[in-house]
Amino acid sequence: MKFHEQRTANGLQLVAELNPNVQSVGIGFFVRTGSRDETTDVSGVSHFLEHMVFKGTEKYTAEDVNRIFDEVGAKYNASTSEEITLFYAAILPEYLPQTFELLADILYPSLRVEDFDMEKQVILEEIGMYDDLPTFTAYEQAMQDHFAGHPLGRSILGTTDSVGELPAEKMQQYHADHYKTGNITLAVAGNANWDELLALTEKHCGHWPSGSHERPTDEARPVGGVKVITKPNSIQQHVMQMSPAPPAHNELRFASELLSVIVGDDSGSRMFWDMVDTGLAEVCELGYNEYDGSGTYLTYLGCDPDKTAENLQRIHAIYEAVNRSGVTQTELEQAKNKVTSRIVLRSERPMGRLSSLGGNWVYRQEYRSVADDLKVLKEMTLDDIHNLLEVYPLGQLTTVTIGPLESLEFKA
Amino acid sequence: MNPQTIQTHRLPNGLTLVVEEMPNVQSASFSILVPAGSVYDPPGHNGTASILSDMLTRGAGERDSKQLSMDLDNLGVQRHESASINFISIGGATIAENLPTALRIYGDVILKPHLPADQFPASMAGAEQALRSLDDEPRQKVILELRRRCYDSPWGLPSEGDLEGLKSNTADSVRAHHERCFLPEGTIIGVAGKISFAEIAEVVEEVFGEWQTKPAPTFETVPHKTVQDHIHHDSTQTHIGIAYNSVPYKADDYYAAWAAVGVLSGGMSSRLFTEVREKRGLCYSVFASLNSLPDEGRVLCYAGTTTERAQETLDVTLQELVRLKDGIEDRELDRCKARAKSSLIMQQESTGARASSIARDWYHLGEIRTLEVVREKIESLTVPQVLEHVNNYPARDFTILTIGPEALEVNVEVS
Repeated sequence: MKFHEQRTANGLQLVAELNPNVQSVGIGFFVRTGSRDETTDVSGVSHFLEHMVFKGTEKYTAEDVNRIFDEVGAKYNASTSEEITLFYAAILPEYLPQTFELLADILYPSLRVEDFDMEKQVILEEIGMYDDLPTFTAYEQAMQDHFAGHPLGRSILGTTDSVGELPAEKMQQYHADHYKTGNITLAVAGNANWDELLALTEKHCGHWPSGSHERPTDEARPVGGVKVITKPNSIQQHVMQMSPAPPAHNELRFASELLSVIVGDDSGSRMFWDMVDTGLAEVCELGYNEYDGSGTYLTYLGCDPDKTAENLQRIHAIYEAVNRSGVTQTELEQAKNKVTSRIVLRSERPMGRLSSLGGNWVYRQEYRSVADDLKVLKEMTLDDIHNLLEVYPLGQLTTVTIGPLESLEFKA
Repeated sequence: MNPQTIQTHRLPNGLTLVVEEMPNVQSASFSILVPAGSVYDPPGHNGTASILSDMLTRGAGERDSKQLSMDLDNLGVQRHESASINFISIGGATIAENLPTALRIYGDVILKPHLPADQFPASMAGAEQALRSLDDEPRQKVILELRRRCYDSPWGLPSEGDLEGLKSNTADSVRAHHERCFLPEGTIIGVAGKISFAEIAEVVEEVFGEWQTKPAPTFETVPHKTVQDHIHHDSTQTHIGIAYNSVPYKADDYYAAWAAVGVLSGGMSSRLFTEVREKRGLCYSVFASLNSLPDEGRVLCYAGTTTERAQETLDVTLQELVRLKDGIEDRELDRCKARAKSSLIMQQESTGARASSIARDWYHLGEIRTLEVVREKIESLTVPQVLEHVNNYPARDFTILTIGPEALEVNVEVS
């Protein structure tokens, strides 16, 4: 594996981790834009724009785009988060030139009004689809409440109103403001040649507009609260809770990842043994999410409605014990072994490396090899966990629940 | 395509080991298929296999539940146990050097599980809650309920069970399921990764060599009725499921069937995606897939759409399914071939994908198709062959299930 990086004359950042011994190559354009960069009147535009990118350019029709990706057998897609819009494809190395050309070209779509109106219907269906997924509804509402008044509280999908009423011109303006080279990182992982990549980048991205779009990254100061969304005909109760955790730039993030495995992994964790193994809950997990300037501990509980309050109190007791006494050396070693294996397994596929490669560069302008990640993991001590908990103790600050319950009271 | 080294070893008691050596990776994966899936659930006791799959790791051999979990975690095993229609399936992946130790632990899980009666209520509570969650997610539920309506029982029953049938299980019925259905004949262990066949064969001999044979369990089937049905649900979208007859994995024309479904739903240039989503904006998610049992297969389709557009979505989807017999373009088949080629090659980057693929091949075929053989079969397909299959298995006699606020009408002329 060999790492390369270069910034082109017009300001596009290219990072690559190349390995001639794998069968495929993954390429991804990480655009540093998402719901947090939107304003209320265009809520959902980043995600809608992600869809419109596949609707064609002056050179390619929408049908061409879908057809060519399939002709080269690409595994391709796109995603939009609060902070990043990602367009990626995994392909066999011999198809790199035409896939690169297509993926680069569509980043500057025509945004034709008739396509815009048609795709709007698809977005409204996507909003409808997520509306039928209680865990997603709970997550999105928890983000909105936890980050109320902060840009991270903006909805990724937007609402049927905000998307329904969005005019095409506002999307064109948003695209012009955010799709500039200073905002885009091109990451490549797998079997490719560096000189060829430089040439392709120069040829297909050399004319892209330079500049960047700054975002405020003040750390959020959430005040918390409890919201109950009652769905009388549903059966299971779902709860999402959030609490402040280290931001993406904070070195404490490594300890946070390990702590979430110890306390709330989907098996073998404290929460698993206390609530899932015993059948008190169907699922009870703790995760850690990092953002520009902020971070969250995310607790997810799914259980019988009448066990909800009791389970939340159990979670409270677990968090209190961890905040007070930390974790044990045995737990730490066990989590390290689990995570080591996960890192190694994930890294065997170029697509597994691509997200790490792109993410590390977009957030921190750094390259981290698999060996770097394993080294940090190996050196982690109980003191590191202790230092983390001093600054970012586990908590249940913001709560959103969806299900049959009409009210929820618990002590936390 | 890199050459593959695949070796098999059959124990005298009937267990088969299938190993693919992959020298260019660091990991190794295993997939153990025990022929004790939900088709063997005692009539009226559905969900037994599913509860057993959860109970298996609640202590085995000399380890209690916590010790077992901790030891596997320390070996870095990313694991899963589940019941499917045919099997209880136990799989995992870890760093290659840890695999032999992990397999020894799984020997205990399969042969010497404690199945502690005092933990049965917890296991049961978990299973019940999973079913309750499923009731709140119509998108998943529609496919499960569609299967129930298009396959004979017990093949079509959900392997998770249902809330009514689940209740009749006891700690004893779960224990009896293990006693009756766990046997070496028909058990398949697939292993892929940076391991040597000789070493793995030795471990498997040692761990499973003494496993005693016994008669295989049987079950009776009850024919299904092809029906159109609706389940009321206060959802935002109407979730549509459509099924019709196709062929199983072992059939000679399986790859023609695969290509026919590929033309309908492989990739974003496929017909369903283009006609239902791209040209009409009727839905976000629409797809068809080929579902295979040992001796029969179905095409299963899904579309999710807001209620006022649901009728048009169903109409257009059915039209596309029926229209397939009118012709397929060479370019459409070429795109299926291109996607197959890249999928097959990328499979070589995943030990998990290879371990489960070789175990599944052995079950359905009694042999392993190398990726090169699969690729040749797909490359040699012609449009007339695919159309011949479509004419032999036309899209008609549909089973149609909708979940949502309103029932729909079936407006398609089918002969």
